[in-house]
Amino acid sequence: MKPPKFDYFAPDSIESALALLTEHGEDARYLGGGQSLVPMMNLRVAAPSALIDLNGIAALRGIRIDEEDRLHIGAMTRTRQIELDATIARANPLLHEAAPHIAHIQIRNRGTIGGSLAHADPAAELPGVVLVCDAEIKLFGPDGARSVATGDFFKNIFSTALQDGDMITEIVFPAWPSTRRWAFQEISRREGDFAMIGIAAWFDLDDAGRISAAGLAAIGAGDTPLRLSSGETVLIGQAPGEKIFAEAARASLSDLQPGSDIHASAEYRREVGGVLVERTLKAAWERSS
Amino acid sequence: MSASTPYIGRSVKRLEDRRFLTGTGRYIDDIKLPDMAVMAIYRSPHAHARINAIDLTAAKAVPGVIDAFCAADIDMDLPEIPLRLAPFDGFERFLQRPIADDKVRYVGEPVAVVIASDRYIAEDALDLIEVDFAPLPAVTQVDQAAAGDTLVHEDAGENMATRYTVGRGDADDAFRRAAYTRRERFTTNRHGAVPMETRGLIAEFNPDTPLLRLHGATKVNFFNRRHLAAAFDLPEAAVELIETDVGGGFGARGELYPEDYLVPIASRRIGRPVKWIEDRRENLTATNHSRDIVCDLEIATTDEGRILGMRATVQGDMGAYIRTNGGVVASKAAQFLPGPYRVPAFSCDVQFLVTNKTPVGTFRGPGRFEANFCRERMLDMVAADLNIDPAELRLRNLMEPADLPYRIGELVPGDVNATFDRGNYPSALNQLLDEVGYADWKDRQGTIIDGRAYGLGIACFIESSAAGPPETARITVAADGAIEIRTGASSVGQGTETGMAQICADYLSVDIDRIGVLHGSTTLVPTGGGTFHSRNTVMAGNAVRMAAETLQARSIELAALRWNTDASGLEYRDGAVHQNDAAASVLSLVELAAFAQSRGTDEALAADAAFDNEGKLSYSYGAHAALVAIDVATGVVEVEKYVLTEEIGRALNPAMVQGQAIGGLVQGLGGTFLDHMVYDEDGQLLTGSFADYLLPTSTDLPDITAIALEESPSEFNPMGFKGAGEGGIVAVAAAVGNAVTHALNAHNIQINDLPITPDRLRAALRAVGA
Ligand SMILES: Cc1cc2nc3c(=O)[nH]c(=O)nc-3n(C[C@H](O)[C@H](O)[C@H](O)COP(=O)(O)OP(=O)(O)OC[C@H]3O[C@@H](n4cnc5c(N)ncnc54)[C@H](O)[C@@H]3O)c2cc1C
Repeated sequence: MKPPKFDYFAPDSIESALALLTEHGEDARYLGGGQSLVPMMNLRVAAPSALIDLNGIAALRGIRIDEEDRLHIGAMTRTRQIELDATIARANPLLHEAAPHIAHIQIRNRGTIGGSLAHADPAAELPGVVLVCDAEIKLFGPDGARSVATGDFFKNIFSTALQDGDMITEIVFPAWPSTRRWAFQEISRREGDFAMIGIAAWFDLDDAGRISAAGLAAIGAGDTPLRLSSGETVLIGQAPGEKIFAEAARASLSDLQPGSDIHASAEYRREVGGVLVERTLKAAWERSS
Repeated sequence: MSASTPYIGRSVKRLEDRRFLTGTGRYIDDIKLPDMAVMAIYRSPHAHARINAIDLTAAKAVPGVIDAFCAADIDMDLPEIPLRLAPFDGFERFLQRPIADDKVRYVGEPVAVVIASDRYIAEDALDLIEVDFAPLPAVTQVDQAAAGDTLVHEDAGENMATRYTVGRGDADDAFRRAAYTRRERFTTNRHGAVPMETRGLIAEFNPDTPLLRLHGATKVNFFNRRHLAAAFDLPEAAVELIETDVGGGFGARGELYPEDYLVPIASRRIGRPVKWIEDRRENLTATNHSRDIVCDLEIATTDEGRILGMRATVQGDMGAYIRTNGGVVASKAAQFLPGPYRVPAFSCDVQFLVTNKTPVGTFRGPGRFEANFCRERMLDMVAADLNIDPAELRLRNLMEPADLPYRIGELVPGDVNATFDRGNYPSALNQLLDEVGYADWKDRQGTIIDGRAYGLGIACFIESSAAGPPETARITVAADGAIEIRTGASSVGQGTETGMAQICADYLSVDIDRIGVLHGSTTLVPTGGGTFHSRNTVMAGNAVRMAAETLQARSIELAALRWNTDASGLEYRDGAVHQNDAAASVLSLVELAAFAQSRGTDEALAADAAFDNEGKLSYSYGAHAALVAIDVATGVVEVEKYVLTEEIGRALNPAMVQGQAIGGLVQGLGGTFLDHMVYDEDGQLLTGSFADYLLPTSTDLPDITAIALEESPSEFNPMGFKGAGEGGIVAVAAAVGNAVTHALNAHNIQINDLPITPDRLRAALRAVGA
């Protein structure tokens, strides 16, 4: 479990990182926290010719709220920081709640949000949360900076809208209404393992106490994180309650497209996905009442 | 022996821990020899294939590669890896040679070897080895093996390595007479020891001296030396097996494996020391697996649930070759099926089937974990069918003290004298029941609170310890007062050094800080039996005791010489010889050691001993209880509380006993819920890394109470010790399986297969509409 030879570069700016990547051709890769890429290299599943280390680029770090109350998180922000940062806990408590489910502290100390999105494991937590929040993913590539909506970002297992040379620079989350209710739950074989199935949920209420907006997303339920729009539709305009949550869960089943592996069958993931939709909605509701 | 230094029975801090905790232990990878090269192994990617051609040209051309070789390049007869234990007739047809020649039979079988200046280069070269394989259909299930359409070893003409029937009494008659019978199939999941530190070896082979020195040895060094010497045509004295610190053995480490031959061959080829460290991916296919059995079990009882007889078929999946542990797993599963109960009639058909998977060996509590699961699950089914409380059913059937000792019969071929020694099995169960508050539980089984179903499961076990050859010890007192113990036993991290020092300190009445312990290496001791089967405290411990007693006598002899007096008036106490004269003269061990030394080198203050229990085994026994809460909608099981009692005769070091129980139990929870070597139909291992082969972690621990009982000291050694290494693991699947069944009693879910996973539980619940 030793990687083949590779070159290593540690640029200090986004531009020089891109230049190095371009120079070293299609087998060069950006290095984030290394918690997915390096194990793959050790198993010789990945054999990049060069690693362009993003850890020294200050412009990729930082957490801030802009004038429109949007939350900006630099791509190289560590998962552990997402878990502990007070600004994030306030500005996107769903993210804060999901982060501790990722691996173990040692891995969260290194792994980054940019790396997690770029890696695009369909069972990973952060892609699910980013998706359910309709966040924007800021990229920098050979044609300069651009932005992709999360709904368009995840293409397939381990496959995204990133083109050759594209780097994730920042993730921008829409403002989080102070009255929003949320919850994240997942089932994994052991604490810290990738989820067999997980659900992220939130909803907002109008003045009449009816659900005015809702987000439901599943991880581990398909080739990408999935938005459960059938479930969301059921919720809109309804007063929250166990009956409507159960109905939303039933409706969500049609959006789940799980596969089977040695840890869980497709049937399990579908069934328990429904259970978790109901439970997260209930937890979200109970959080405030 | 003096009462003033009672180290035995006290939780003395482990002598080993300073070096382990400060990072100064010396593990195999810490050893760096001048001019040392490393070795890596090209392993078969196929479960079953013919080898047409191997091309090493490109691998050899990689800069930094020193040599590469395959079977055809080895200029000696490739030896067969010997059978050490349970060597049943028929197995000789299925032995493994260190490297595949014309055919591979499991994923991970060595095919070629690269020797290079470092591991990175070696792995680069492995990528360039080209092997032309002609794949063959893989045998991955025991039924398929029994059908024999595909033969793993053509020359054997069958996949049945051996098959026999054992028993006692007239089982068929018992079944004819029975008011109640039941039949069930149980399976236990293939998994393994998976020690934290993988295996590793360094060989220094100088054919001229001649000397073969192998570092990284452990467990059974003298057996291994004998066979390595024969394989390499060397006198035994020319083969040195050197122990290092070890990060876990659990049965798998220290057996002879292909690498124990390949590393020396590599060293001999290049005339330099060669190191091989197994990486985790190799570890999961190269190191023995275990536990893989299918058991069809039948039970016959009276209408009051008194057992009249049991009948069983045990099929062991042996993997592709029979390795050193021979038929231990399935034969012990069969032997322990009746367990600590009165089972007057028993008959078991035991089958050893060869498949295209990694060969199996022993893993902590081999056969016991499996047997207890099958029997204890069955007993709970009987209890439910006959409407008897499970604890009551067990108490009705457990052997009573008056039934003991009990000759269990020849339940392993050739083992005619096996006898359960004295004990009080009901007492161990009753104390467990008290501790868990069992009486209050009867009405709470299956209670559902907030979607979580609660259940309490119990299981009883009996477990043998301390078999095998005699063990040796030598104690030497140096002129500076340092006391050194050397024993043929090995340390695999279990605290052997501490335990031996405690015994020595007590029997010599000296301070434990003066004592150092050296173990295992063939250069340190003339012979040794080794470390397995919960042996060390009983076997090596008693050898140390005997050596200390002899050393006392020797001290008195020397003092008599020194004082020029008759030995009869002298007494050994408080670490010195005392003369009951007017002056109350005293000669300390230090003075006696100096005196001995002054008389010449042959006169050291030292004593040797060997302890032989002459095949009389002590049996540990006890009971486990698991309290589980099951999230019915997700199938997630949480073990909230776990209690076990284990009669161990006498605790040498209660903290270490506790550690053994807890460590074993957690390993058992792994085997019950997580650990699982999953193969697909092509014989590919799907759990080839720690992302998929799941071990219990520190985040998954229940509340544990482990109670060591010391009510029934062993009659077979004066200190009363029984083994304490396996009682923590052997009944975990049994107790948990019962607990899960009770929790889900509303749905009549039966746990017959391991591991218990959320997916399997939900599938079972779904099938009954829950
Ligand atoms: C034992 C273990 C358990 C784990 N469990 C979980 C879990 O439960 N849930 C979970 O979500 N994850 C889990 N992970 C994965 C972990 O969270 C990773 O850290 C994460 O998926 C990848 O982030 P990284 O920063 O380490 O990326 P890296 O490993 O450095 O990179 C991953 C990929 O992303 C690319 N990349 C990295 N940064 C960028 C960027 N800014 N722009 C473009 N491309 C980039 C790399 O080139 C590479 O292809 C686990 C990892 C381990 C080792």
